[in-house]
Amino acid sequence: MIIDMQSSEVPRLNMSSWEIGESRYLPGMEIKKLGKEKFVVYIGPQHPGSGHMRIIIKVDGDVIVEADPDLGYVHRTMEKLSEGRAYIKIIPLVERMAILDACNATLPYVEAVEKLLGLEAPERAKYLRVALCEINRIASHLYGFGIFGVFLGHSTMYMWGFGDREILVELAEKLTGARLTHTYPIFGGVRRDAPQNFTDNLRKAIRYLRKRLEDYRRMFLDNPVIRKRLEGVGIVSKRAATDLGLVGPNLRASGVEYDVRAVEPYEAYDEFDFEIPVFEEGDSLARAWVRVEEIKQSLRILEQVADKLDKTKGQQIMHDRFWAKVPPLYKKVFEAEGRVKLMPLFAILRVPKGRAFARTEAGRGEITYYIESDGKDKPYRVRIVSPSYRNAIMFKYAIPGHRVADLPAIYGSFDYFPPEADR
Amino acid sequence: MDDSDGNKKVYVGNLDESAERARELLIKGLKLDKIIDWGTTFSLWPIDLTTSCCGCEFAATWGPRFDAERYGALPWLSPRQTNLIVIEGTITRKMACALRVSWEQMPHPKFAIAMGTCALDGGLFYNSYNIVRPWKIIPVDVYVPGCPPRPEALARAIVELQRIVKKGEASKTILRGMARSKPTPKLKEDPCSWWWG
Amino acid sequence: MSSNDQLKNFSEKLKENLGDLISKVEIHKGFILIETHIDKVRETAKKLKEIGFDHVKSVTVVDRMKDGVFEVGYHVSSYLNKDLAKYVVELVTTVPRDKPLVPSLTDIWLSAEFQEREAYEGFGIIFKDHPDLRPILLAPPVAELKPMRKDFVVKEEGIYRELPKKENVSSKVSEKKG
Repeated sequence: MIIDMQSSEVPRLNMSSWEIGESRYLPGMEIKKLGKEKFVVYIGPQHPGSGHMRIIIKVDGDVIVEADPDLGYVHRTMEKLSEGRAYIKIIPLVERMAILDACNATLPYVEAVEKLLGLEAPERAKYLRVALCEINRIASHLYGFGIFGVFLGHSTMYMWGFGDREILVELAEKLTGARLTHTYPIFGGVRRDAPQNFTDNLRKAIRYLRKRLEDYRRMFLDNPVIRKRLEGVGIVSKRAATDLGLVGPNLRASGVEYDVRAVEPYEAYDEFDFEIPVFEEGDSLARAWVRVEEIKQSLRILEQVADKLDKTKGQQIMHDRFWAKVPPLYKKVFEAEGRVKLMPLFAILRVPKGRAFARTEAGRGEITYYIESDGKDKPYRVRIVSPSYRNAIMFKYAIPGHRVADLPAIYGSFDYFPPEADR
Repeated sequence: MDDSDGNKKVYVGNLDESAERARELLIKGLKLDKIIDWGTTFSLWPIDLTTSCCGCEFAATWGPRFDAERYGALPWLSPRQTNLIVIEGTITRKMACALRVSWEQMPHPKFAIAMGTCALDGGLFYNSYNIVRPWKIIPVDVYVPGCPPRPEALARAIVELQRIVKKGEASKTILRGMARSKPTPKLKEDPCSWWWG
Repeated sequence: MSSNDQLKNFSEKLKENLGDLISKVEIHKGFILIETHIDKVRETAKKLKEIGFDHVKSVTVVDRMKDGVFEVGYHVSSYLNKDLAKYVVELVTTVPRDKPLVPSLTDIWLSAEFQEREAYEGFGIIFKDHPDLRPILLAPPVAELKPMRKDFVVKEEGIYRELPKKENVSSKVSEKKG
């Protein structure tokens, strides 16, 4: 290919010499001519970063004029499958949409069913839920930073983000017994109590992470190269963010102060003192900063939770309605070991007729569940709208106008997690 | 390396020993296929085809805590420069096409690890209408159970795959032009039939 | 959590504001349901947007197979108006299952665009004047099955027991006899 530097036209391949008769191209490998100036570029589903989605972009030169996100590469039909499963079995099912944010993803489901059952978790269970939610939130943000680093070719950020995430994953493992798939909140409480030295470990982790956040700022966010790539890129205005219905850090980076934890406090969030970080810029850098500030606020909440957990030590973690049915032997085991199997209680759970809607603030934003029960042991309809799914619309409206080289910087800053979006 | 005398084995971790062993192999004038197998063993490069939620643990495996890079494996971007696919969980109907295309783009010798229960036989989503079994699309060498498997399990799978490669799986294809012991499954239906371009 | 009294007060206000556009107001757990006729959906939506409901949280379609209708609902709420943000309102309309044609609300609430596409592929509901109505999550051959409808049944695992085959039983009996 000879590139004529003099001509203003975009250099391109000579199409006529590429005609190979009837031979088939591999899908996605065909060459297409699209009008005079524009080309279609297929990005994904195989591409670096945590992304198994495809973006079909039309480029004019190297400026993107149209972007069409092609989702559904991880669509595992959770809504349909949950129509055929018992209520308790749906918790692990929906958990799989965001296993790195598992407690936040299942909590609104549990809350919605609790609304239908007309019960609320006891105090200590609420604190335990909040503790795991915040641990998950920080872990999810660190994961997002790690992947962001991969997108930008900044592998130190990936190593640091994932290394520090292990601390939180380990904390969650100590609390629940699983690294990622906790299935921790269940109807009327939580699955098991905190181990003996949990709060001490929690405080230790908080101290360590506070120190690390300063390192992140120095090494990543105030890094001149990173700043050059992120500043003023992928700007979403306040008006656009509202119209597109964005959620979570992406919304708050555009100047909209909306956080379900403050708007409609669930669990014990009204007892805690925290702020909602809001940035006005709306660019990729602001989206990254919001997440750092959120980690700081989560650490603040966790500190308060640790105190509350110490105060409520030994209190009940299951609602009376279920706890009363537990055989005495189980109670004895629970008192001795701090954990007990409770599953048989829910195997025949029938939820009264009705409709419920619950929302919580997950790591990536607001997650909502609509549950309709017809009085049987299985729900009639479960509608899940996850934060990434609502943010996916951003690809269509925020990317056009930028250069192809800016795409990773924008994509990474969205903190888009495909399994969560596709459900 | 499993030699015929079998008293010395090369594992990563002791670089001096590895280097000495490699030198010995070269001096002895061993057959080329043994050297190819040995080389492939420690350069299994998985492709960045993050198919599902097991990708979280896949990413953690190459993170600092578990550091699977010490086994000579490093995730890489282009299918043209990789020789290992780690199927991370569910393969949906849409993803099946991408999986097969990536597999066909990879140069020989190539291997596959199926990670997670979903990749084994559907797992929690066994009755979903939008998933396919990965072994119907590409040949799988090592299966890792778990939902999701721990990073240690995936690292173990890589070591297990190294053992398979050492038996001559790599040299067989490039030197002798023989087929792999796991043949590529014949597709009953075209996974890319839905493609609208 | 907004208490029941608050919800009641708010639903009264909504009734006043929307007047005869809506046929039913119900308070459910966590949201207020307002039902409207299919011809008035767009008008009601415009009015709701004027009040301050600026985004769609969820486009919820429920297949009521027994009644032969689809219930198309839009869970809306507000970002900019902090008083309204506490409430979630579902704007519901019903369409017959055999002719699911609904006016699209994408030009009023842009945030509904992708979710309407999802309702299209799952239930086969056609949104009139939608700018870009095609499947979003599923591949077209799967989307043609309209898998979210209630008459598309996914088999769930049960408890199975291997029953002795009748022939085997008879053969055993004959063996004994022999």
